[in-house]
Amino acid sequence: MILEPRFTDDLSDLPTFKFGPSSLTWWGIIGFMVIEGAGFALAFAAYFFIMGHEQGWPPEGRIPPDILAGTLFTIVIFLSEIPNTIIKRAAKAGDVPTIRLLLPVMVAVGVVLLIIRGFEFNSLNCRWTDDAYGSIIWALLLLHAGHILTDWLDTVVLCALMYTPVAYEPRRWGDVDENSMYWRYVWLLWIPIYLMIYWVPRL
Amino acid sequence: MTDVRADTFDAMPARERERIRVEEENRRFAQERKKIARDGPKLRGEKLAARLDLTWRRPPGIIGWLATVDHKEIGRRYILTALAFLALGGVLALAMRLQLAKPDSALIGADRYNQLFTMHGSTMMFLFAVPVMEGVAVYIIPLMLGTRSTAFPRLNAFSYFMYLFGGLMLWIAFVLNVGPDMGWFAYTPLSGPEFSPGKRADVWAQMITFTEVSALAAAVVLVCTILKARAPGMTLARMPLFAWAMLVQAAMIIFAMPAVALCSSMLISDRTLGTNFYNAAEHGDALLWQHLFWFFGHPEVYIIFIPATGFVSEITATFCRRPVFAHAVVVLALISTGILAFGLWVHHMFATGLPRVGYSFFTAASMSVSIPTGLQIFCWLATIWDGRPRFQVPMLYVVGFIVTFVIGGLTGVMVAAVPLDLQLHDTYFVVAHFHYVLIGGAVFPLLGILTFWYPKITGRMMDETLGKIGFWMLFLGFQLAFFPMHWSGMLGMPRRVYTYPAGLGLEIPNMLSTVGAFVVALAVVLFVVNGVMSLYRGVIAGPNPWGATTLEWLTSSPPPVYNFAHIPVVESETPLWDAPEGEFPVVTGLRVDQKEMLLTTVVAAAPDTREPVPEPSLWPFISACAVGVVSLTSIFSAWAVAVGVIPCFIALTAWFWPKELKRNPEPVIT
Repeated sequence: MILEPRFTDDLSDLPTFKFGPSSLTWWGIIGFMVIEGAGFALAFAAYFFIMGHEQGWPPEGRIPPDILAGTLFTIVIFLSEIPNTIIKRAAKAGDVPTIRLLLPVMVAVGVVLLIIRGFEFNSLNCRWTDDAYGSIIWALLLLHAGHILTDWLDTVVLCALMYTPVAYEPRRWGDVDENSMYWRYVWLLWIPIYLMIYWVPRL
Repeated sequence: MTDVRADTFDAMPARERERIRVEEENRRFAQERKKIARDGPKLRGEKLAARLDLTWRRPPGIIGWLATVDHKEIGRRYILTALAFLALGGVLALAMRLQLAKPDSALIGADRYNQLFTMHGSTMMFLFAVPVMEGVAVYIIPLMLGTRSTAFPRLNAFSYFMYLFGGLMLWIAFVLNVGPDMGWFAYTPLSGPEFSPGKRADVWAQMITFTEVSALAAAVVLVCTILKARAPGMTLARMPLFAWAMLVQAAMIIFAMPAVALCSSMLISDRTLGTNFYNAAEHGDALLWQHLFWFFGHPEVYIIFIPATGFVSEITATFCRRPVFAHAVVVLALISTGILAFGLWVHHMFATGLPRVGYSFFTAASMSVSIPTGLQIFCWLATIWDGRPRFQVPMLYVVGFIVTFVIGGLTGVMVAAVPLDLQLHDTYFVVAHFHYVLIGGAVFPLLGILTFWYPKITGRMMDETLGKIGFWMLFLGFQLAFFPMHWSGMLGMPRRVYTYPAGLGLEIPNMLSTVGAFVVALAVVLFVVNGVMSLYRGVIAGPNPWGATTLEWLTSSPPPVYNFAHIPVVESETPLWDAPEGEFPVVTGLRVDQKEMLLTTVVAAAPDTREPVPEPSLWPFISACAVGVVSLTSIFSAWAVAVGVIPCFIALTAWFWPKELKRNPEPVIT
């Protein structure tokens, strides 16, 4: 038997978007962050597992990566948090002109970072085929390059979208807000990788 | 431009003009929003049903079929595909049992046999067990939570296609004699470039990529649905145990699958790019594979088992006509099993040589996971004891589960002890153990729950008599097939050997196992026959044939495409049992001209926002094709990944890009 409805509340005045944990995509992004975080954590574990087998680190006969490109990358990605924070605040305030002004800056920052990343690969002083040390160093840098690349592509698409009339929909501000949140995650994850590639071999 | 004169407006800076234009638009939208048709006391019954049906129905034809985002349709496909793979994996098992029925058999050669057991294990673990659990959940969870769709329905569709393509790739490769042959856990160095030339190991590793992407996508869909789309009033404390089980399972997938993604990518790169992760000659370590694989592989067992405990809880409550005893204890047991499962992986590696403290720690951890599982079993027993059990087919499967799983659990505690494990490692004793745990712990509850939810999915009941015959054949056939394996294992028969010599006392247990395997196969055929026949001849079920209490039984069987005409409100842990005669509380106000669902807060399930539901789209299918082609071709050249980024990017962008670049009074996802 189908039960008859007993009407209680009418929800037609409920909003169609809210920021943060009220947003479904916010949870989706957190989910994918955890997936990536688990992958990175295990890659870190593999790094220390391989390191545990060696007498020295880097293994004897190898020199640690040159630090210039990596450090430059680190400085640029830290500085990128300034426009990123401004964009995040603008998104919360629904300030479309500021978003339109600064998202292209983030796209440009992504290009700069990807170029520097190319030089980083060139300054590792080893090839992935040399030994397990070379393999894991390359793997860490490549995984993070993938992270930068996907977020950059995402930012390009979002930037294009924010130059259309839908930029005034609050849901799009949510997208911008969440994209900024994700960018924070990208550079936070870089810190341990930077230390593992460039500084642990110098300890 | 009501309050600004046209000439002043033209003289303003562009930014100011834009602001005024948007404000004007917002005012207009506020007016239009009031005119949108919504469900409520004025729009109800048949008129409402017709409107909702028009809005939610997908376009017909092959395009509509590929583009669907209906969780029921995707869930059905998941279940049927997984059952097809179960049948295929079962046929492989029968082939192996035929070969092993007699000593020195020459029916199947060593190479083919290697492929058979690898395909059997990989199919059952990656293409049957995990997807079937997710498929059942994708179908049932939104209904059980009282909502109209899963979160991210397009991601859900993408996940199904990825799974299908991964399964097809593996099986087509097998037919072409490129089936993997190094065991379902693909240990290095055997699976590495030196000992597995050719493409067999690569096929296995890329099948992993497909199924892991699919499982991760479905896990995110389920977590977000369970946390955000529950009916108002369904607080976490009132959430059904199956939803709890799926929440824990999906969270486990999220933490465990990246491990297998990482280690299989490293394997492919060792094989195709010349890296040295597992190459001992260049300071790599084959044991790194075992650590990473089992960090996934052990939780995997619980990823399969935990949804099954959810099935058992739902069936037990319904057929004992009382809520499961100590709801909170069962929930805590699920969560602690989920956490402890990540601390046991090394017990698969006792034979590799470990530090002494490692032996002690992982033995203790392995034994401790039996505590929460044991608690759950006592809770179910208490429910049966205190309730008024009806032993219909689903409940019989629960009883079969308890008996079989407890035996498997006991042998599990036995092999958790290192000295015994060293003796029994890689013997048929272990084969017996994990088939008791996986078939007893997951397949029995699955067949029970398929019988239980069959009327909801199809609108008709399965035949009770055939079901009972099938259950007893399966239960007894299973014991006949697998109990003798304890015996052959203790006699020293190693797993994965394609034959054995006569005169070692292995003839009788192996013959018994083979006979049992065929009885099991007959029982499965009977289940399928019952399922197909009941589609046409089964008794019409009605919304709630078993007198169950969760929300999926509130709507008609099969449910309409929009699930619920009005969103139900939950006021207790057992909503349908507590509904006053003939009435059920609902909330109203969701629009009926576009697809919309209700989101609620995570803990208290208070109404939070109204969320647009995406329209059907071909792009998830096209994206899965793009990702699939890249994965497949990367077996042959690593450049495929670099080039393949482009089609994947285009497909994914088209997926998200709005098809109409204009604002609407309320958001829609086109």
